[in-house]
Amino acid sequence: MASTEPAVVCSGLVRRYGERRALDGIDLTLEQGQTLVVFGPNGAGKTTLLRVLSTLLRPSEGNASLLGSDLRKEGWKVRSQIGFLGHQSLCYGDLTARENLRYHARLHGIGGAAARIEAVLEQTQLSDRGDERVFGYSRGMLQRLAICRAVLHEPQVLLLDEPRSNLDPAAIEQVEPLIGAAVGRTRVIASHDPAGGLAEANLVLGLRNGAATLLAPAEQVSTEQIAELYR
Amino acid sequence: MSAARPPSVLSATRAVLYKELTLERRAPQTLTAMALFCASAFVIFHFALGRNEVEGALAAGVLWVTLALAALLGIGRSFVADREEGGLDGFLLAPAPRTALLVAKATTLLIFLLIIGFFASVIFSVLLLGPTPNASQWASLALLIVLADLGIALVGTLIAGIAIQTRARDLITSILALPLLIPLLIAVTKASEPLLTVGGGTLAWRWLALLGLYDLIFGLLAYALFDYLVED
Repeated sequence: MASTEPAVVCSGLVRRYGERRALDGIDLTLEQGQTLVVFGPNGAGKTTLLRVLSTLLRPSEGNASLLGSDLRKEGWKVRSQIGFLGHQSLCYGDLTARENLRYHARLHGIGGAAARIEAVLEQTQLSDRGDERVFGYSRGMLQRLAICRAVLHEPQVLLLDEPRSNLDPAAIEQVEPLIGAAVGRTRVIASHDPAGGLAEANLVLGLRNGAATLLAPAEQVSTEQIAELYR
Repeated sequence: MSAARPPSVLSATRAVLYKELTLERRAPQTLTAMALFCASAFVIFHFALGRNEVEGALAAGVLWVTLALAALLGIGRSFVADREEGGLDGFLLAPAPRTALLVAKATTLLIFLLIIGFFASVIFSVLLLGPTPNASQWASLALLIVLADLGIALVGTLIAGIAIQTRARDLITSILALPLLIPLLIAVTKASEPLLTVGGGTLAWRWLALLGLYDLIFGLLAYALFDYLVED
């Protein structure tokens, strides 16, 4: 994998659910280390885009590649480099936080994962409750645990669907060293927060009914343009 | 932390299997439901047939129909936690071989079926079975249970893998699993019949061979198809 390869390239990317085009011909290129923030009303295709880039969904038409690997044919190559945070925590309620993270560490083949697990739990202030079953967690705690899971294997690319939802200001600060811009990872973030999203974006994508109605460097985009997407 | 390397099939299988058994140990829903179903079915058969004891073909039929229907409960529960809590996505996002999920799920189901097979055999022999099989017949019956349960576990995991991708999951499980299990049920019922007959009999090897062949075919089918079923 050449380091100069763009992190994400989409070309005419279409994803259909039956007849409906959830993504309708998306073209974009995101360089490594940059942040793409995706805006759009509910049902615009943000989550579908993240799921396609995560390899959970296949493109129906067009191409998508991540770190130089065609996701349609070589998704398996890049899975270890993807950290995905969706609407669900992807953790089992009847396992403890530590057991959930240990499980994901084993699925990612992380050697010596215990120290890494303790580090992320400590960072998100979940250490003390790490041996409790997850079903008793609040939504904020679940979101912090989900972030721990997404970054456990130290992926190069983070795909984050509303990563700060359910988090209080203190928790947002806690997770910043894991998913914030300072980490230096390539990030694709779905957001409903025009000002906050714009502040951390290098590139902005606006979606409506699956189509890109806005694609521009963040410095050329105003919060009003983003707000327009929701009208 | 040392660098991450995609886990082997064995390592990923052990991770999923440990998770599955831990979940069932913490919230024993599947085994409890299957055991209760078997006990209830035998009580119902006891009164519905109007007999205190059954033997031969009837005994084999009652035992295996009950076990097959109990297995449907286990098959239906196979991916419930993964679906409701996003665990399947969690697995698919990892660079783990997809075969590991098949092997772990089938092994989990096999373990459950073996436990229920043992439990049901004991309850059945107490509540309904007329002749008391000798040690050799019990051993033959145990062999049949292992072979039949292996086939049910393979078919069940394959069907559960199909069902999880559909909206009519609960329907799909029953609609697809039962017809596919018909050859297995015929073979195992025929093979069990002489073992549950007064005066006793021996195991018919041709039915045993058929069960083995069934397991082999569905093992290969599951191995070939499972990746495509669970991935988009």
